[in-house]
Amino acid sequence: MSARHVSLRSGVYADSVRLMQVSRDVGAREGVTAVLVAMATPLNVELAAGMGLAPEGSASPEQLLVGVAATDDDALAAAVAAVDTALAQRERSRATADAQPARTVGTALRDLEASPALAVVSVPGPYAALEAADAVAAGRSVLVFSDGVPVEQEVALKRAARQAGVLVMGPDCGTAIVSGVALGFANVVRRGPVGVVAASGTGAQQVSCLLDAAGVGVSHVLGVGGRDLSAAVGGLATLDALAALDGDPATERVLVVSKPPAPSVAEAVARTAASLATPVRSAVLGPETPDLTAVVEALLTDLGVAVPEWPARPGGRAAPQGAVLTGLYSGGTLADEAMLLAAPVLGDVRSNTPLRPELDLVIDPSAPDLSARGHVVVDFGDDALTVGRAHPMIDPTLRLEAIARVAASDQPAVLLLDVVLGHGADPDPAAALAPALRAAGLPAVVALVGTEADPQGWSRQADALAAAGAAVFASNAQATRHALDLLGAAR
Amino acid sequence: MNLLEGPPAVVAAGVEVFSAALRAQGAEVTDVDWRPPAFGDAGDLAALALDPRRAAANRTAVERVLAAGSRLVDVRPARETLGLTDRTLLHSGPPLTWEAASGPMRGALIGACLFEGWASTVEDAEALLASGGVTLDPCHHHSAVGPMAGVTSPSMWTWCLEDPVNGGRAYCNLNEGLGKVLRMGAFGEEVLTRLAWMRDVLGPLLARAVRSMAEPLDVKAVLAQMLQMGDEGHNRNRAGSLMALRELSPALVALDAPSDDVAAALRFIGGNEHFFLNLGMPTAKLAMNAARDVPGSTLVTVLSRNGTEFGVQTAGTGDRWFTGPAQTPVGLFLGDYGPEDANPDIGDSAIMETYGVGGFAMAAAPAIVRFVGGTVPDALATTERMYQLTLAENPAMAIPVLGFRGAPTGIDVLAVARTGWLPQINTGMAGRVAGTGQVGAGLVQPPRECFEQALAALAEEARAATAA
Repeated sequence: MSARHVSLRSGVYADSVRLMQVSRDVGAREGVTAVLVAMATPLNVELAAGMGLAPEGSASPEQLLVGVAATDDDALAAAVAAVDTALAQRERSRATADAQPARTVGTALRDLEASPALAVVSVPGPYAALEAADAVAAGRSVLVFSDGVPVEQEVALKRAARQAGVLVMGPDCGTAIVSGVALGFANVVRRGPVGVVAASGTGAQQVSCLLDAAGVGVSHVLGVGGRDLSAAVGGLATLDALAALDGDPATERVLVVSKPPAPSVAEAVARTAASLATPVRSAVLGPETPDLTAVVEALLTDLGVAVPEWPARPGGRAAPQGAVLTGLYSGGTLADEAMLLAAPVLGDVRSNTPLRPELDLVIDPSAPDLSARGHVVVDFGDDALTVGRAHPMIDPTLRLEAIARVAASDQPAVLLLDVVLGHGADPDPAAALAPALRAAGLPAVVALVGTEADPQGWSRQADALAAAGAAVFASNAQATRHALDLLGAAR
Repeated sequence: MNLLEGPPAVVAAGVEVFSAALRAQGAEVTDVDWRPPAFGDAGDLAALALDPRRAAANRTAVERVLAAGSRLVDVRPARETLGLTDRTLLHSGPPLTWEAASGPMRGALIGACLFEGWASTVEDAEALLASGGVTLDPCHHHSAVGPMAGVTSPSMWTWCLEDPVNGGRAYCNLNEGLGKVLRMGAFGEEVLTRLAWMRDVLGPLLARAVRSMAEPLDVKAVLAQMLQMGDEGHNRNRAGSLMALRELSPALVALDAPSDDVAAALRFIGGNEHFFLNLGMPTAKLAMNAARDVPGSTLVTVLSRNGTEFGVQTAGTGDRWFTGPAQTPVGLFLGDYGPEDANPDIGDSAIMETYGVGGFAMAAAPAIVRFVGGTVPDALATTERMYQLTLAENPAMAIPVLGFRGAPTGIDVLAVARTGWLPQINTGMAGRVAGTGQVGAGLVQPPRECFEQALAALAEEARAATAA
């Protein structure tokens, strides 16, 4: 037994989309076999007839045709009531849509009118060039924190940047301070006259923190990425950064921090540096060159500023007989500096980032076993050890495991560690490290790179680590020499 | 370098800890809602992103699109405008064989054979088409476009539009109206009768009227006005059709033609709310033609479907088609038709979206979004999303509700890959079975495969160009 309702209503108008929607909704009700709610145009009347819902008499397109067929009277009455309700319903509506968040750097920059502006890119390496290229195309500088970016992409980006008159900092650039704004890992340092160009993130952090401790501020710290001074990249960003700082009225001195550049590149950098109006001093880590602390001291002398006592909490445990140096670093440049200072005293130091290839030490990230390897310095920030995990300045797990393993082995050791404070870093590194050092019970020396103004507070961290038995130094060179002294006293 | 002139605002993509550190310093930070590209080899994506030609090439291409104009200069049979020889039929979308043709495409081809008198029965027409006795060619290969099946035969009259800026012409047949029509795959007596009337009465009248107009109709201006009046130019052409009627009426009435014929023509135009679609489409086609053949450009010049496959062309890859299976639209149905009655996506009308209107200008036509049970905010959000796929905003196609922001124009293949959003197309739905006609209307997206292929081809071309 089926039931049907067909009516023509005058003075009701709704557009066809609305009506098709009503038809669909009512048609989905239980017991409803056919629905047509439509303006009574000849086409729709014909459709209705085909569905067995033809209206009686003549219909005009100004009328609303409501045709419903259902399995029984109850279902029919409910369906017709549903049509009435649906027709009476006002659509929920707002005047504006929520803004759609930008999916790409290009879109975000398109909507940004502020100037100056730059982009910070820390997406996975294979995709970093996409986002960085957006910034360059938009005439904005960009810091690329990501590593794993193919070198040819780096060259292409930096060439495009030079053409666009912008700077590509990175890839693999961890640190920059632009007009007081810290990007990536950077410390809260005072503003001042020294501009830093850094191919090394932790190196830049070390020099800017020491300058700050001496009461001297920085104008900008411009990172260029660890590969910029290679022959392949040719110092593209270093040269551009030097020129930018030379043109910056706030910058009176320039300090370039890097590992030894490719010889051809070193020449180009030296030539450019000599041509600038602003005096340039270089901190190039190498066997024949002064350490970072020494360069900062020389720069202070240039500026007529007295070299202070660098902050320190000396003391700590004595080294047992036969101890080896075990350096556990998060900063690559600081690890290099430690090896460069230790090698003349201790002889060979093995490392996953060795001074010479034959000293290479392969570290298994799942079980960082350092026993019976002699003197070692490990850089936990090396790409091979950060695959699938955060940088050790954020995630200390791997290094804490290594400390426990060293403590558990039969080989006596002096631990030498860096702890880097500042924006982006672990909010309280001593909270995990101090108990680990206390439990290890080994003599430990910490290079604590940071400032009092850092979120973690240099003294607060230093006190916590000293209380755990560690000797703490603001200068990595001093920390390394202290560790060497401990080993020397034990020999 | 202005980088050092003061504390910079920062756009951050990637790990949150850096944004948090920047906010803690009181810096102005905009976070990118970043996610890995939805498709594309990382090396291909980078090759395109770093192609030194790309920025300038895309600028050139999209500027040509924006500058393009559209004037209605003539109405002539396809035999003349498209050089269609006997036994040649044009169809929508990428190239197609009779074997691969879907129901509505077959229906339209059959109808065209009957209309042209190449066959006297449906069976004869099928046999003729199956035997390869009729040459099939895409409209797009002739600077033409056709809605739905897009089947255009030598005797059908075509609109002739000219771009006064870039030069060039584009063509489209005349719109038949709604319901049982050839473009939806219907080929019954009423369809053939209407086509004959269009051939014998409407076409000649329109041709004389258009040629008599002192100033050729500025079709681009009509399209721009439609967006101010609730149309988006693809699924909703009500205002545009009425404006076309307004513009054509005086010229039609002034012809020394039988008043019955003029009245029939006016009634036909006034009764067909999609009449303007066949003027809007060649307008969009003219603009996209202007962007063709710009080496290094990743701009999409064609989105089109033949009922079986979806096809894409780009400015940097010339006439090459990138195809994938056509999807079935989601939407609302006429009468008691349902999803199972709908044919996969069909028609050249996605040229409207290629040009930045239609689904891309959804915000201008909130009524359309209800085809999928959405709301006005959904319409706004769709258009907002499309801005992230496109290279420019078309100031001529302003969207009132967005503060007269220009419609998002010029789809960038690279942006499609990176955002993971596919272009949004508004469309009619043809019945799956030949002869059915229209069953509904709704929303659809291209298959991702088209863009995957286009991206790989563009990257290959970019590498070759960089190496050279």
